[in-house]
Amino acid sequence: MISSAQPAADSGTGDKGGVEPLLSIRSIIKRFGSTTVLRDVSLDVASGELLTILGESGSGKTTLLRLIAGFEQPDGGEIYMAGERLDHLPPYRRRVNTVFQHYALFPHLSVFENVAYGLRVRKVNRQEIPKRVEQALALVKMTEFTRRAPAQLSGGQQQRIALARALVNQPKLLLLDEPLSALDANLRRQMQLELKSLQREVGISFVFVTHDQEEAMALSDRIALLRSGQLEQVAAPREIYNRPATAYTARFIGQTNLLRGRVENGLAQCGTLQWPWGAPDGPAAFSVRPESIRLCDPAAATNRNSVRFRAAIRNQTFGGHTDVLEVACPDSRVLLVRIASRGNLAGECDFEFDAGDAIPVKD
Amino acid sequence: MYSRAYKTAVAAPPLVWVAVFLLAPYGFLLCYSFWTVSQQALVHQWNLGNYRQLLDNSMYPTVLFRSMRIAGSVTVLSLVLSFPLAYYLSFHSRKKELLYQLVIIPLWVSYLVRAYAWKTILGSDGVLNTLLQYVGVTRHPVEFLLYSPFAVVLTLTHIYTPFAFLPIYASMEHIPRNFVEAAQDLGAGPMRTFWTVIFPLSLPGALAGATFAFVLSLGDFLAPLLIGGPSGIMISNVVVSLFGAAYNWPLGAAISASLLLLVLALLFLVERIEKRLSFT
Repeated sequence: MISSAQPAADSGTGDKGGVEPLLSIRSIIKRFGSTTVLRDVSLDVASGELLTILGESGSGKTTLLRLIAGFEQPDGGEIYMAGERLDHLPPYRRRVNTVFQHYALFPHLSVFENVAYGLRVRKVNRQEIPKRVEQALALVKMTEFTRRAPAQLSGGQQQRIALARALVNQPKLLLLDEPLSALDANLRRQMQLELKSLQREVGISFVFVTHDQEEAMALSDRIALLRSGQLEQVAAPREIYNRPATAYTARFIGQTNLLRGRVENGLAQCGTLQWPWGAPDGPAAFSVRPESIRLCDPAAATNRNSVRFRAAIRNQTFGGHTDVLEVACPDSRVLLVRIASRGNLAGECDFEFDAGDAIPVKD
Repeated sequence: MYSRAYKTAVAAPPLVWVAVFLLAPYGFLLCYSFWTVSQQALVHQWNLGNYRQLLDNSMYPTVLFRSMRIAGSVTVLSLVLSFPLAYYLSFHSRKKELLYQLVIIPLWVSYLVRAYAWKTILGSDGVLNTLLQYVGVTRHPVEFLLYSPFAVVLTLTHIYTPFAFLPIYASMEHIPRNFVEAAQDLGAGPMRTFWTVIFPLSLPGALAGATFAFVLSLGDFLAPLLIGGPSGIMISNVVVSLFGAAYNWPLGAAISASLLLLVLALLFLVERIEKRLSFT
């Protein structure tokens, strides 16, 4: 199991030693029939944190969320919330609320009644209900839609109502199951920003499930990357991007070049590329991000720590402010290079990257 | 788009069928209801005598109200039976398919067989009476079981419960399961979830099921004929006898037309209510 050793530098909400986490998932195992969906997953969520569970479809991320909500029972392990055992409680006794993937607004109730549902169930004082519903709707900027039926609202509006319906109960933890996946790209980006500022405003911990790595990077304090039912890496977005622990992480989050080779006598060797590397001898794999590689002037003096190579341009994709090059090294290895946009390149060029940008990863 | 000739060709056979075998007979029926019979012969003389007779002779309203009472009882009983059954099957059963088939299978059995089965159960030397005497509850066979409105209600409930069950079950199957999860997520226990989410969303199905049970029972004539006895006669039995032994087709037609109007009014009402109840 891999976890970030140092606290997340840019989040300030990562694990802090000694402080009890709000939610603690311990060695959870979940099987459906003969397939094991989650194997030994342990994860803590801090108070006020926005944690994203990221993974491909079938990685078990939704199952993990449903275990926290109480819609599924674990086959092993425990879940604690604020120090109390959570996994024995039925969903309606957990101080956790969920925003469902397709919103699941009650079609026979008005927007007002949808939002008031949780308050009525918990027998909140009758006079207080309209005020709290109003506040929740104001939070998501939907106060004018109180009397509407859910079917009269657009997808984005339904999304906001689902959010208000959950937040009005002031849960300790809000679970969001791919809440933005049904929205179109522009609305999606706007809702990401709104969600993040909303989370800061209410100060409730969010656990957000998504398969979209860009969304995860944009939103999260920390990302938990799930792969076939196991946690691959848990870290802040910058950390997980800059220091991926495994080849899978490096490739799943952003684009990368995976260099496989050996370390011998203090030298990392991947085909024709080599650089000094202080590690015991043996097979090794490195991740080099496309933007770490740059064009260079062959006549310029070489730096001891830079790795130079000559490669043929195979393809150039214009991407606005950057171009992505596909280049073939003499050993026929194909690398991706991201450079600032410029005119078309052709033939062979010289490239280099800093040895420090080659991140060793578990293969 | 499809050509006009193609559309006509596709639509013509069913339209002709409906015109010849449905609309035309209804037209004849309506005509007959305004004619009369004199000395065993039909008199083509337009008048409202038959309808007046329906109101004047207290026998007809009595039988009609009894039929409606029986149909109403059957409706209530079949709803009471099929609603919990549908709920259990749809939301809590692990052997959904099997149980569903078990509910449906009686539909494949002939109506007559099922009606006769009740005769065997309820008769004076039937299964039930034999059991009651064996256990010692009574010494003589209980007579009121068979040949009574009670027997008719029992039999019709047995026969038409699947018709009430099917639309209820279908509407419950259409309730997205995450509605139930959303209710629980918001703190509602099983009872509260049932009454605030499942029940209101399955009302259109219940209404359709109730309509089936009521309309089908109201027009039934075999069950009262076989096990109703004199006190269990329903409106259709009157119509049958008027078209048969009594040879008064015009009066029979007038009753049929009135009944048809009643049922159509009911269906119209149900459709209005159903529109209010559905939300999609």
